[in-house]
Amino acid sequence: MAIYTYESFSVFRFREEKRRKGIYTRQVILLFFVHFTCFLTICIKTGELQYLFFYAFQQLAVFAALVLFELCYPAVNRLILHNMCMLLVIGFVTLTRLDMRLAVRQFVIVLMSMAVAMAIPYVMRRLKDLKNYSWLYALVGTLPLLTVLLLGNTTYGSKLSYSIFGISFQPSEFIKIVFVFFIASALYKSAGLLQVAYVTAVAGSHVLLLVASRDLGSALIFFVVYVLMVFLATRNFWYLLLGVGGGCGASVIAYRLFRHVQVRVQAWKDPWSVIDGEGYQITQSLFSLGRGGLFGLGLFQGAPGDIPKVERDFIFSAVSEEMGLIVALCVIMVSLSCFIMFMNISMRLKDRFYQLAAFGMGILYIFQVFLTIGGDTKFIPLTGVTLPLVSYGGSSIMTTLIMFSIIEGLYIIRQDEGAVNVKKKSKAAGGRQKAGRTEAERAGEGEGDKNEESPFGEEWDGKEKETP
Amino acid sequence: MGKNGTGKKKKRHKNREILLVSYFFVFLFLGMMTYICVYVYQNQEVMINNSYNAGQQILVAQNRRGSIMARGGEVLAETITQADGSEIRRYPYDSLFSHVVGYSTKGKTGIEDKMNYYLIQSNAPLNEKMDNGMKDRKNPGDNVYTTLDVKMQEAANRALGIYEGAIVASDPKTGEVLAMVSKPDFNPNEISEIWEEVLEDDESGLLLNRASQGLYPPGSTFKIVTALEYIHENPSTYTDYSFTCNGSIKIDGSRIQCYHGTNHGKVDFERSFAKSCNTSFANMGTKVDRSSFDKTLDKLLFGKALPFDLESSVSTVKVKQDMTAEEQMQIAIGQGETLVTPLHMNLITCAIANDGILQQPYVVDHVENSNGAVLKRFSSPGTTEMMTQQEAYILQGLMREVVETGTATRLQGCPYTAAGKTGSAEYNSDRDSHAWFTGYAPAEDPQICVTVIIEGAGSGGDYAVPIARRVFDAYFDAADGEN
Repeated sequence: MAIYTYESFSVFRFREEKRRKGIYTRQVILLFFVHFTCFLTICIKTGELQYLFFYAFQQLAVFAALVLFELCYPAVNRLILHNMCMLLVIGFVTLTRLDMRLAVRQFVIVLMSMAVAMAIPYVMRRLKDLKNYSWLYALVGTLPLLTVLLLGNTTYGSKLSYSIFGISFQPSEFIKIVFVFFIASALYKSAGLLQVAYVTAVAGSHVLLLVASRDLGSALIFFVVYVLMVFLATRNFWYLLLGVGGGCGASVIAYRLFRHVQVRVQAWKDPWSVIDGEGYQITQSLFSLGRGGLFGLGLFQGAPGDIPKVERDFIFSAVSEEMGLIVALCVIMVSLSCFIMFMNISMRLKDRFYQLAAFGMGILYIFQVFLTIGGDTKFIPLTGVTLPLVSYGGSSIMTTLIMFSIIEGLYIIRQDEGAVNVKKKSKAAGGRQKAGRTEAERAGEGEGDKNEESPFGEEWDGKEKETP
Repeated sequence: MGKNGTGKKKKRHKNREILLVSYFFVFLFLGMMTYICVYVYQNQEVMINNSYNAGQQILVAQNRRGSIMARGGEVLAETITQADGSEIRRYPYDSLFSHVVGYSTKGKTGIEDKMNYYLIQSNAPLNEKMDNGMKDRKNPGDNVYTTLDVKMQEAANRALGIYEGAIVASDPKTGEVLAMVSKPDFNPNEISEIWEEVLEDDESGLLLNRASQGLYPPGSTFKIVTALEYIHENPSTYTDYSFTCNGSIKIDGSRIQCYHGTNHGKVDFERSFAKSCNTSFANMGTKVDRSSFDKTLDKLLFGKALPFDLESSVSTVKVKQDMTAEEQMQIAIGQGETLVTPLHMNLITCAIANDGILQQPYVVDHVENSNGAVLKRFSSPGTTEMMTQQEAYILQGLMREVVETGTATRLQGCPYTAAGKTGSAEYNSDRDSHAWFTGYAPAEDPQICVTVIIEGAGSGGDYAVPIARRVFDAYFDAADGEN
């Protein structure tokens, strides 16, 4: 029996790899196939039919999301959409395996978020003057953070959330988006010293508020987004250097000031010596990774529950243990492909404001992925942020979904832009398209949006070959 | 991945910043992914062996623990599934290999502990695993083959008899450990039954592997080290050394006596060593340079973890810059605060026998799957240069003389030629002593190094040497039988 599961796992994992190259329909089929196989395994292993019902609901929801998005927005970027659903599905499966109750809650939140997300591209097309509210973004950004600092609930030594009507929110998650919009709106016209100073002041207050509420992971994300966006807006390497230098300085100060930063660095440097205390989480995560091997132990065969807070910060280890390192690396690559697509969209956007926004979101997303996976695998010290779309966490998942749909919105706007200057664009992009097409043809891709793959086509291919 | 170079050419100047950042993250992630794979691959063994890891239980539930074998293929430990499906770990030789093989219930020790990772894995052929899976049977675990020789172990065990102590026998050329006996011993088959008793009894140290973990004052065997240092400092003039022994020496008000107050008269360097003259060596001890001595001790692995698979203790010598004459003299004759393990003494002897180079010891030779296919081979983990070839030659000569004319004359008249050094290490104020012998044979072409310690027996020459002789005899008898 074990062998059978093992075999079935390895088979569809390899096919999932190819999914990336294949046509989008094949992506969808594989998406459903992965989803179905995982739940079938769960049902066989547990012998409980309730999982099957849950699966049916999930399947319907994912299907509805795919169809509705495509119906409402024919111009939608399907790669991002599919990647999003793939990550959600992996998240559902893992959460179902870890804790059915959490999975159901997650599912409800996702449904709600999807509904919100669905409307976003439409709204964005209508609201042409999004770019003019920088002071509003600043206010909307800082005020909730201040509220959290003053009134928030304390969990694990950090003030992260506050509750309204019994539902707890983690505002720092939502504010990430507002923050990106703020920087974009403040810098899109010109990026003179004055604007930069203004942005720095507001960004600084965000970061300091987060630091004051001991949410250092988020503070770091905000900071990196700020530095890189300023760098893009000014095209000035000195800002980048200054930012990196300032970041290093700040880390040293944070290390001195906060005990729990010291604890985490210690647990990162040598977790084995403090395995009973600070290092417990990270060592359990490493065990989990090690146990899984390439193909994983199979759902319900491992012991990912041994890792404290596995459903949030360590979901990557849980995926890796039971579904195998190959799947885990696929998750990384799917995330990375989202990021590259974000960057692509950002590059194509003519409007400076939208370009900055897309860029900011991309950084936001990928840096968070980096922090959590790097933390889980002892690549960097643990920061305690979630893996977007996969981890459990209402605010996190809602934010990420909104973010993805904003990107979709930007993508659609870009195509509107394109429609206006069809001739101009096709001329400029001619050379690239050619490269993109050969790439796509080699990969056996007959249709789809070719030009968007172009600058990274080569990389795509390289990465695909790396894992199997 | 190698195609990124061409990708860069298409870089558009306008979006340089975005591309830069994108490439940065792409490389960061590629780095991270490589790191994850490498880390997982490299640390798998360490992680599975960690007792905090639940993975062990998972493997234990799937596989039947593998067997441990002696070098001749004799089973030292195996797991047997009983009719009712329960498993027991059986040790056919009862207490003979109790410490070195160890036990695996009630915690794990010895080879059972160190090789746990391999024993709980199963690399049985896939079709066999599939078949077992269907029939709901466990897979056979991988088997561990050791370098231990049942005949040698039996001989050493018999030679030690009712005494408490330890014997280590190893091959100086390859680093293979042939026998490792520690007494008192226990029967690992009955570990569960005697567990309570063992825990309550904190005097006998029943579970301690004295051969590698027992720390004893080295007594006169340490004179090997003192002699080495003296030769090291006086490479051309050590033969001119001369001392008149009156049975005792007194420097700065502290007195060192020869064993039983024996008066050795006028002795040169060789004679001091052969007769194990305490007063002469105490005199030497006050003459050596301390920082140089420190370096020599360092090279001989004092104060360092020994390069060995199983648990071992760290030997200690306290050489300080400002030592009184008494401390210096005590160190020179291996008394005072100096403590060594029998294994360590054996390694130093091996290095001398192997012309100054220690071939680091090992006890596990290879791992096989249940079908006999070799999965992994182990060999000596490496070499350590403990002394120069020249110094080793001189020490070989000195140790040969100990057997010829000195304190180990009971090793004369054998079909082989032995060399070594005795020791009688006092461990209390009543002048009771542990009997030591460490040596090798044949002197011309060393094949086996034996180190013996017997607790509280008396002088090394009278008690330890005959026991070592029986171990040598067993080795060469067996060798003759083979020829």
